[in-house]
Amino acid sequence: MVSIVKDKRPVNLDIGTMRLPITAWASITHRASGVFLFVGTAILMWMLDASLKSPESFAALQECLSGPVAKLVIWAVVSGLIYHSLAGIKHLIMDFGIGETMEGGVMGARIVFALSVVLILIAGAWIW
Amino acid sequence: MVRSVTSFGRSGLSDWLVQRVSAVIILAWFMCIGGTLMGGVDYTQWKTIFDGTSMRVFTLLAILSLAAHAWIGMWAVGTDYLTERLMGPRGNVLRLAYQIGCSLVIFVYVIWGIQILWG
Repeated sequence: MVSIVKDKRPVNLDIGTMRLPITAWASITHRASGVFLFVGTAILMWMLDASLKSPESFAALQECLSGPVAKLVIWAVVSGLIYHSLAGIKHLIMDFGIGETMEGGVMGARIVFALSVVLILIAGAWIW
Repeated sequence: MVRSVTSFGRSGLSDWLVQRVSAVIILAWFMCIGGTLMGGVDYTQWKTIFDGTSMRVFTLLAILSLAAHAWIGMWAVGTDYLTERLMGPRGNVLRLAYQIGCSLVIFVYVIWGIQILWG
């Protein structure tokens, strides 16, 4: 078979030089939030441990979580959970063949980002 | 046909399914806990919830799901960026070290979880 495409045509695969579409940002943040949660799990496990060990450690944890830095950390982990969950639900919906087109993907990413912002703000209000 | 020996189920299709089933289990657990916490609990109520066998089994299931979910996710990230193509030969060394680190952390999470629930 004779190739009619010129082999010497320029190719740009340097992703760092491209403007990423919103779907790519949704994908990258889904990954980043997953890695963040992998680390954040240590904090959640520590909290579960302290909350169940004894009435004293439960009270100490409550005391610790009332501090501004601790609240910020919890908010960050909860925000990661919210975004990662919503992006995951979007994945499950797409697995059923819904929103698989370019337009559907853009719409899905927009919904996930918008809903995340709303839920993260609500979570922040609940924590403070 | 096996192309990778470090993926969770040795097959992309298997990993794909495990990732989704585990995700649903973890989400269900967090929604359950979130609902409980929003209602507000004191130590006695909280302790009673986790003294029940069903909650212990559910939590262990969630932790084991997280172990599988985290491995598949971290593996996907590692095999995309810590590669020979992006980093040269040291990419392979870094990826191996990263995978050992991830599996150690996951192992600690599982043991820690069992200890919290039944310790």
